[in-house]
Amino acid sequence: MAAAPLVHGPLQPVDLLLRDVDVLDPRARIDGRHDVRVRAGEIAELGPPGTLPYEPGEELLEGCGHRLLPAFFDPHVHLRTPGQEHKEDLETGTRAAAAGGYGAVLAMPNTDPVLDSAPLLRSLRDAADREARVAVGFLPAITRGLQGEQLTEMAELRQEGAVGFTDDGQPVQSAGMLRKALQYQRLCGGIIALHEEDKTLSRGGSMNEGAVSAALGLGGIPTVSESTMIARDAALAGYEDARVHFQHLSCAASVQAVADAKARGWKVSAEVTPHHLLLTEEDVRGMDTRMKMHPPLATEADRQALIEGLRDGTIDCVATDHAPHARDEKEVPFEQAPMGTTGLETAFAALYTHLVLRGALELEVLVDRLTAGASLFEVPTPLIASGERANLVLVDLDAEFIAGECGWESRSENCCFAGRSLRGRVLLTLAAGGVAYRERALSVAAA
Amino acid sequence: MNHLLSIEDLDRAGIERIVEQAARFSEVSDREIKKVPALRGRMVLNLFYESSTRTRSSFELAAKRLSADVVNFAASGSSVEKGESLKDTVLTLSAHKPDAIVIRTPWAGAAALVSKWCDAAIVNAGDGKHEHPTQALLDVFTLRGRLGGIDGASIWIVGDVAHSRVARSNIIAFQRMGAKVTVAGPPTLIPRGIESLGCDVRFTLDELESADVVYALRMQRERMSEMWVPSLREYAAWYQINGRRLSPRQVLMHPGPVNRGVELSGEVVDSPQAVITAQVEAGVVVRMAVLYELLSGPKTPPRGGGGAENAGIAAVGERQLA
Repeated sequence: MAAAPLVHGPLQPVDLLLRDVDVLDPRARIDGRHDVRVRAGEIAELGPPGTLPYEPGEELLEGCGHRLLPAFFDPHVHLRTPGQEHKEDLETGTRAAAAGGYGAVLAMPNTDPVLDSAPLLRSLRDAADREARVAVGFLPAITRGLQGEQLTEMAELRQEGAVGFTDDGQPVQSAGMLRKALQYQRLCGGIIALHEEDKTLSRGGSMNEGAVSAALGLGGIPTVSESTMIARDAALAGYEDARVHFQHLSCAASVQAVADAKARGWKVSAEVTPHHLLLTEEDVRGMDTRMKMHPPLATEADRQALIEGLRDGTIDCVATDHAPHARDEKEVPFEQAPMGTTGLETAFAALYTHLVLRGALELEVLVDRLTAGASLFEVPTPLIASGERANLVLVDLDAEFIAGECGWESRSENCCFAGRSLRGRVLLTLAAGGVAYRERALSVAAA
Repeated sequence: MNHLLSIEDLDRAGIERIVEQAARFSEVSDREIKKVPALRGRMVLNLFYESSTRTRSSFELAAKRLSADVVNFAASGSSVEKGESLKDTVLTLSAHKPDAIVIRTPWAGAAALVSKWCDAAIVNAGDGKHEHPTQALLDVFTLRGRLGGIDGASIWIVGDVAHSRVARSNIIAFQRMGAKVTVAGPPTLIPRGIESLGCDVRFTLDELESADVVYALRMQRERMSEMWVPSLREYAAWYQINGRRLSPRQVLMHPGPVNRGVELSGEVVDSPQAVITAQVEAGVVVRMAVLYELLSGPKTPPRGGGGAENAGIAAVGERQLA
């Protein structure tokens, strides 16, 4: 019997009455004002606003018409543990997740040492069982040490609770190597998530190749370094009838490659990050190292293709690729800076402000894409329905705030949206039936 | 002007102002005592993370001719080799209260970054493959001396544009002064998107005769091992400026150091069309003019601590998302 895919720290199951909240859950086909009762960490009942009576012992929250959504699911975060706890650890990373409205996250294996063995996975899951504010799943490496040369013991890792596998950060270059992993998936299951990058094309680059890289004298990374690998690996997956997930799409050509693979019936899915949906290479002109990420920010046409891909479902879900780095690591010249931006605490507000409020995406589509990662990785999808475990997020869509103005829950502050004015503040996050985050000003009407 | 980080910091009038000031300083170089007291008591710090003989000595000479105190700090043999970060090095050296820091690094944007960490005027003496603004100024100075004016001139920049900070600064500066710029070189060494700077792009020298000025770039030997071109022999066959390709009415420039027999044949280096030594000579007076422009005014009061960081975040916030 394999271990459960997600683990979380001790959470007190809550008894809570949310009065008059505007519930939206496209999967549960709910959109409207309700009272919602959570009893012992489970959604007990929903009723018309003002109809559910207060029961002694439960906490009462006046919802004031704020939006109640299913808690978000992030299939791509870096929690930096073990080995890089100066950037983030399980506690701070999951605290950031909770503050962003996430009820569960999947952690990447490019740690030090690399998560590539069952004993390490066990120890990490034990640590998460003590420290994690929200549920955490782990994706161990496809190849040992992310070296791309030898498969990890995938079957044993799966028994120990591996959600899937990825060589994120050090993508598998050899088609032959990847093919073996795809074949082995028949034995052990587990989604194989792929950071797609042909290093022979991207080597020496630190931003998207084009007008801006030419003007700044920075080495360029061509978008074909991603899209050609997606096309290659989708074909491999089709040939082996394997299930793969493409991480952080960054350009129009990649969206097309995924659409082609889906049209052929190959079992592929894809994610996109808030920064690729909202920023472009023009944001790199100031050489702000918070704008340096893998894959790099591309052009406005690429950005529009990503939004359209997310809207029409070619891209299945949003992932933050939350990549914390210490201040001194990012406070260096652009070419020397490590890749990545944090994203858990700003994802919803940034996307709501710049896509939903501008009419580029409907709120219910955004909610779907922020939660769809769960089913892609074969873990339970948060649902707002009685009898379900409470994985909920309450947001004030009108609240405006400056990202980072009150600091961050993450240990790192390298957020590409820092300083921007955003709307849509997370007030309360319930993960696995317990309170994972509560905005300080959120009042308790009765206790 | 508080810093010279990029040639973009200067409009046409600004370039002309510096070039004209440089012309006044040329007279100093001809004196028996080659010194004026303009920057007496000011301190110029040369912070070089890359080996450089001509740029560094040229800045040193420029500062000394203006009677400034000069401190040279080379990254090799220093705390940098012990792992000190750029920021810590700059903060440490700032404790000596330099009035100007002349900085060369292998990293694009480093000079701009340093300008946020200290109160000194920063002069970018080359930041990676990004920019080399004083080279562009001295090239404008040299060319004006030779042609009288640059307006309407056709200038071809030939060679390894991809790895050249000189090319990037000069494309901007020459166009700002009214010239028409064409870059030419092997397709592997012409960066995609360079035409967005306003220049034309050619992959052969077939139309080189239309140029008034031929500016050859240094072909670095290490580019060979990285397979940017098949061989230096083939490069020379297609892109070398030699007596066959250079016409007597054209002016030949090069930022140095020259690889004779590679980007330039020996005979053109020594030809009357070449202004390569004039460029070196211009380096000192132009850098005098730059230091003078930055330091001769009243000292600006130092900024409050921590302000730069917050200003950076605010600046990000002010920019609207696409």
